Amino acid sequence: MFRVIDGDVIYDKLVDVITKANFELSRDVEDALWEAYNNEDNENAKIVLDILIKNARIAKEKRIPICQDCGMVVAFVEIGDKVYVKGNLNDLIDRAVSDVYKKNYLRPSVVKDPLRRINTQDNTPAIVHYEIKPGDKLRVYILIKGFGSENASIVKSLLPTVTEEELINEIVNHVKNYGPNACPPLLVGIGIGGTLEKAALLSKKATLRPLKEKNHDPYWAKMEEILLEEINKLNIGPGGLGGKTTALGVHIEVFPVHIAGFTLAINMQCSAIRHGWFEI
Amino acid sequence: MRFKKIFLPKEINELKSLKVGEWLLLNGPIFSARDQACKLLVDLIKEGKGIPLELKNSLIYHMGPSPTPPGRVSGSAGPTTSKRMDPFVSWLLSQGIVGFIGKGKRDKETEMYFKKYKGVYLVTVGGAGAYLGDKIKKMEIFAFPELGPEAIYYLEVEDFPAMVAIDSEGNSFWK
Repeated sequence: MFRVIDGDVIYDKLVDVITKANFELSRDVEDALWEAYNNEDNENAKIVLDILIKNARIAKEKRIPICQDCGMVVAFVEIGDKVYVKGNLNDLIDRAVSDVYKKNYLRPSVVKDPLRRINTQDNTPAIVHYEIKPGDKLRVYILIKGFGSENASIVKSLLPTVTEEELINEIVNHVKNYGPNACPPLLVGIGIGGTLEKAALLSKKATLRPLKEKNHDPYWAKMEEILLEEINKLNIGPGGLGGKTTALGVHIEVFPVHIAGFTLAINMQCSAIRHGWFEI
Repeated sequence: MRFKKIFLPKEINELKSLKVGEWLLLNGPIFSARDQACKLLVDLIKEGKGIPLELKNSLIYHMGPSPTPPGRVSGSAGPTTSKRMDPFVSWLLSQGIVGFIGKGKRDKETEMYFKKYKGVYLVTVGGAGAYLGDKIKKMEIFAFPELGPEAIYYLEVEDFPAMVAIDSEGNSFWK
């Protein structure tokens, strides 16, 4: 008993979401910028937040990309075990990226080979992650990921005996060192547990969650709160020019881990949080 | 906060007397150059050829724009992380470039070169490419067109906001 989803239907949805994400800041982010603006008394912070709020308006009204770094496109696909896709999903995503980037004058920012650096001209390939879910739905999350913040991200192994306090210090110190260059106010995505690549994936997935939505485990929700508070004491501030809004949110995702390990990934997301999703 | 208006190129030397933390509104011509273009310029210097005359006494903006749609002057055009250009700073300042516009912290060693060559480092707002692109009133490719978004562009800006982050005395916003 399979539900057949036609490739064209998916393609159209992909085009809509990828386009919109590049020009329209989502509501939760805009609200968070306003809230930060009203909360700040540091003059530099006010100037930067004012410009970021105006930037969102200009991007939407004049159809200029929110950021010139139109990122690499990351797709998180959740596919129901009763879904049959007519067409190759990977190809559909790449075709949508190529068409959207060319049609909308979005900057092609992908080179074919890390050392030889020839631009692919259409921002493909996208990075695609798949997950099988029960049911007959197809859900796709799209993230437009700029590399100013991606470059400030890490994955590393801590000791399995690490304490809560040491973990907090590790994360806060990372933001202290790498936050100013990652276009704050940030959304700090944290992945804890699993193997190295699993932690990295979780840390990125964490940034998809809307601002203000907490981890569903109260223990980790509390940890998110503590980290946000500590990070906002760093006085990095919007644009790295001081203030109490270094991060708009800290999101943690966790996974079981080996007895010998404690994997930690920190994915920095800049203030231009560009994402969207659809479900068919 | 008061923004100080700077008119380029005639007030280019005024930049050298500004202090860390001052906010400016830049008006007039500047040039863009980021990773690959800066590297190529430094290659020219190392080969003894020097940089194009027009770049001397100018400001370099670390930026690679999104493509310009028809009927517009510029696409999205915010700063990229300047730290990646740290290895090129002393070379470029030594050729008479007055300073850079970008975003983010620099290395301690890099900060010293601004004092040595009386250069300035200005920061503008990362993630504000639409707003800053809207401040560009003229844009044309100046050099290295083969680099696409990483080419050197000649730009004319109007009320383009930036803050002095490292002044010509080597004082840094990030002490």
